[in-house]
Amino acid sequence: MVILSIYIVSKSGGLIYHYDQNPPKVEVEKVYSYPLPFKLEVQNKKVIVTFGEQDAVRVGHAVLAINGVACNGLTLSDGKDIMELLNDPTQYPLNVKFGRPPISTNDKLFLASMFYPLFAIACQLSPEHGSSGIQVLEADTFRMHCFQTLTGVKFLVLADPKQTGVENLLRKIYELYADYALKNPFYSLEMPIRCELFEMNLQASLEQMEKGGLPGT
Amino acid sequence: MTVYNLYIFNKRGALLYYGEWNRWKHSGISQEEEAKLMYGSLFSLKSFVSKISPWDLKEGFQCYKTNKYKLTMFETPTGLKFIMNTDVNAPNVRELLQIIYAQVFVEYVVKNPLCSTQEPIISELFKSKLDEVVKTSPASVSKG
Repeated sequence: MVILSIYIVSKSGGLIYHYDQNPPKVEVEKVYSYPLPFKLEVQNKKVIVTFGEQDAVRVGHAVLAINGVACNGLTLSDGKDIMELLNDPTQYPLNVKFGRPPISTNDKLFLASMFYPLFAIACQLSPEHGSSGIQVLEADTFRMHCFQTLTGVKFLVLADPKQTGVENLLRKIYELYADYALKNPFYSLEMPIRCELFEMNLQASLEQMEKGGLPGT
Repeated sequence: MTVYNLYIFNKRGALLYYGEWNRWKHSGISQEEEAKLMYGSLFSLKSFVSKISPWDLKEGFQCYKTNKYKLTMFETPTGLKFIMNTDVNAPNVRELLQIIYAQVFVEYVVKNPLCSTQEPIISELFKSKLDEVVKTSPASVSKG
């Protein structure tokens, strides 16, 4: 049972809820001597590997920490500039930690609103009449299932490609959303969902699914 | 099982070839505009997938499905993109695209000195061979 994360996107494309199940960590830490075997570039306020793959460091990985000091954007948390430090031969050997850049909440908002037009364009470019938007999106390492309600709210579930029964889970989440978010008098539409009962029940159904399927959906 | 249509883009996003077999609905915009929209949405899909993925990807985006059709993309390391729309249950579309690339595109476009990979393909030979491959493929045999 591998459900990676759940996103709920409102009718207007805003992210109103997200849940990450034990996010996997892809990190490598190693002591390097000058020069580094990678080509590094500054992208999107992060120092990213753009060429050279070895020791499980992949293109697209970011520098996460140097000598145990965590990175904060383009500087270390003690104020040193990362690129300057890495380009200075006198500082070596350095213990550098690389890893997949974590998805920040901001990135998640951005991704949710990015999915909205893709969903609509899939309808428009359809070769067949009466097509819905994207229902399943497959990549080689994961599969994303999308369920759009009649009112336009989208439920997205990222799961392992082999995971079955995600359709049931999507319907279950819809049910929970209707019961615990919409019936909550303190919840206003289109706003982020901060309802304890909703969260509790969602986790309960995920656990239930882990044990062997969702009965009676 | 049905193959609807096929787009081939080069790495700059120019439409090299558009083939159509069974298409019931047209998008209502010109061919050129539609190709741009398709390329743009695939570009975004690729970046969406690479950002949202919890792990490192090898090939990245492969296909998406709606209730009516399935869009499969095959991208070569040189940046050529083969995009095929089929019905939802068509099997092995990626293999078919790979065959189209290796046995039709390379043979009749790359090895043809009169064809350029920067401009739309007008070769009749390519077109007829492509038709042949698509019509005999498992994705479209049991059509109808």
